[in-house]
Amino acid sequence: MPADMRARLGQTELPNLVLAAAGCAGAGRELAQFVDVARVGALISKSIMAEPHTGNPAPRLAETPSGLLNSVGLQGPGVDAFLQRDLPWLLSRGARVVVSIAGHSIREYAGLATRLSDTAGVTAIEVNLSCPDAEDAGQPFALDPRRSGSVIAAVRGSARYDIPVFAKLSPDVTDIVAVAGACVTAGADGLSLVNTLLGMAIDPATMRPVLAGKYGGLSGPAIRPVAVRCVWQVRAAFPAVPIIGTGGVRTGRDALEMLLAGATMIAVGTEILHDPSSCSRVLRELEEELAALGVDRAADVVGRAHGAMARIPSGKAWPA
Amino acid sequence: MAPVQIRGTVLTLRRVDAYHALTLVAPAIATKFRPGQFITIAVGGPETSMLGRRAFAVHDVRPDHGGTVEFVFEARGPGTRWLAERRARDVLDTVGPLGRPFPIPRDPSSCLLLGVGYGSAPLFALAARLRERGCSLDYLLGGDSADRVFGALTARRNGRSTAVATTDGSFGARGPVTGLLEQIIREARTDVIYASAPVPVLREVTAIAGRYDIPVQASVDVPMACGTGVCMGCVLPVTGTDGITRIVRSCVDGPVFRGDLIRWDDFGTIPFDALGAPGWRHAG
Repeated sequence: MPADMRARLGQTELPNLVLAAAGCAGAGRELAQFVDVARVGALISKSIMAEPHTGNPAPRLAETPSGLLNSVGLQGPGVDAFLQRDLPWLLSRGARVVVSIAGHSIREYAGLATRLSDTAGVTAIEVNLSCPDAEDAGQPFALDPRRSGSVIAAVRGSARYDIPVFAKLSPDVTDIVAVAGACVTAGADGLSLVNTLLGMAIDPATMRPVLAGKYGGLSGPAIRPVAVRCVWQVRAAFPAVPIIGTGGVRTGRDALEMLLAGATMIAVGTEILHDPSSCSRVLRELEEELAALGVDRAADVVGRAHGAMARIPSGKAWPA
Repeated sequence: MAPVQIRGTVLTLRRVDAYHALTLVAPAIATKFRPGQFITIAVGGPETSMLGRRAFAVHDVRPDHGGTVEFVFEARGPGTRWLAERRARDVLDTVGPLGRPFPIPRDPSSCLLLGVGYGSAPLFALAARLRERGCSLDYLLGGDSADRVFGALTARRNGRSTAVATTDGSFGARGPVTGLLEQIIREARTDVIYASAPVPVLREVTAIAGRYDIPVQASVDVPMACGTGVCMGCVLPVTGTDGITRIVRSCVDGPVFRGDLIRWDDFGTIPFDALGAPGWRHAG
C-alpha cells in the first residue's frame, strides 16, 4: 500500500508533495514533453515580472562540482504574455500552478499580485525576494528582514484572500530565521526555502569570470546541506508554517531528508535540467523510501528529525 | 516531433582521427530524427557531479537494431572524456531528438555544405535528404589540421565537388574555409549554404553569402546545459521575420537559424532594441 503523498496548499489539495521549482520547468510545455504535468504536485512558474525582460547576456551558466551557477537574469515574457499564453495552457493540461513573481519595487510586486488575483487558476503565489531592490541601492529584498516583510505585506494585501502567499528566501543571510519571521509576521502563508546561493567561477584560461554577469546563483546538490539547515532552523522557530523545501533535491532520499528537516512539500529544481523526468522519479523514489520505513502518510515524517527520540541510530554516521 | 528520454545502449565507440564517434541503439530517437537535430546525454554516471547534459548533433541514423543514432565529439573536458571511455553495452541516459532541423528545399537546388571540425557531422544526414530531393551537393570542409577535418572521404564519395582547407595546410588549402567560399559559390552556382561551424566562421560565411544573395542555414554551436529549453543558458540575439529582435534559446528555437537573422555583431550581448531589453519600448 503506497504512502499517502497528498499535501495541502491553501484551498487546493495537491495529489503529491513533489513540486517543480521556479525557473526549472520553463513555461511548462518544456517539462510536459517528459512528465505528465497533471501528476506533478504543482508547477512553480519561472518568476514573472510586470514587463518582458531579456535577462542577462551569455554566458549565463557554468558547471561547478555538483552545482550549476546561473545568471539568467529573470528572462521572461512579462505577466500579460504569461496569463494569455502559458497559464491557460498549463491549466488545460490539468496542472496546478504556483506563480512565482519578481519585481524591483514593492509596487511592482503588489501590482503583480493584483493581476494574478483577477485570474482563475492560480493555486498560490511564490514571492521571489532575491530581486534587486531599486529603493535600496539594488540590494536584494531577501537580505533585509524589514524590506522582505514590506514586500510580503504588500503582496498579501493585494492578493485575493484565498490565494496563499509563499515567501521564497535567500540562504545568503546571517539569520534566516529573522527573515522568515518578518515574512510570517507580514502575513506569509508559507515559506519556500531556499533560493540559490551567490557564487562565482573564473576561467583560468581567459583569466576572466565565466559568467557575463560575473556572479551567479549556485544550485544543485552542492547546496543541499545549506537548504536542509535553513529548513531545519525555520521549522524549529515556526513549526506551524508550511515550508516548500528546495535546494539540490535529486533523489527520493534527498526529498525524505528535506521532509525530516521540516519541509511540508519538496520542489525539484536543477535536477530537472539534468534529468527532465526527475519530478516523477523523485516522487516514486520517495514513495519507496516511505514504504521501506513503514510510513503510511508522507506528512507523518515532516519535521521528524526534530523529535527528542529520533529513530534508533544505525551506528553508521559516516557513509559507506 | 516530441523528444523522448531513453536509456540508449552503446553499440560502438570508435576513434575517427582526433574525434570519437559513438553509436547508440535508440530506436525511439532514430525514427523521429530529422537532419540538424541533436541529442543530449547525462555524463558521469548516477552519482555524477556534472549536472549539465552534453549536447551532440546527430551524425547519422540507421535502421539496424531497430534504430541507431551516431554522434561525433571531441574529448576536451571531463564530461566528454568520460564519454570517450564508454564501452559497448554501456547504457546512457539520452534525450532526443531535440531542436529544429535543417529546412529542405522543395525543388532540386545547388547546395553547399560547409563544416568545420566535427561540426561537419550533421551535414551528412542532411546530404542524404538533399539527394533524395535531387539536389546537387558541394562540400567545403575545414579544421585546424588534417585529423580535424571530419567526413572528407564521405564528401568525396557523394558530393559533386569537395574542397578542404586547414589552418596548418596539412590537408587541402592553407587557411580558413571562408577563403575558398566565394570561388565555390561562383563555380557551383550555389542556391543555398548549409553551415555547421564555430560562430566566427558562421558569421563570415553569412556575410559573404549575403553579397551573393544566397541564404545560409547556420547550425550554431552554443554551449547548452539542458537542451530542453528550461535553463535559458544557450541564448543568442535573433531577429524574427517580424523584424523584432528576441533573445532566443538555441536548443528550442535552433540550433539551425537563418544566418541573416542572427545578430552576429551582438553575440554575447543584449542588444538595446531587443524585446524586453531595458528601455526597449522606446527603441526604433
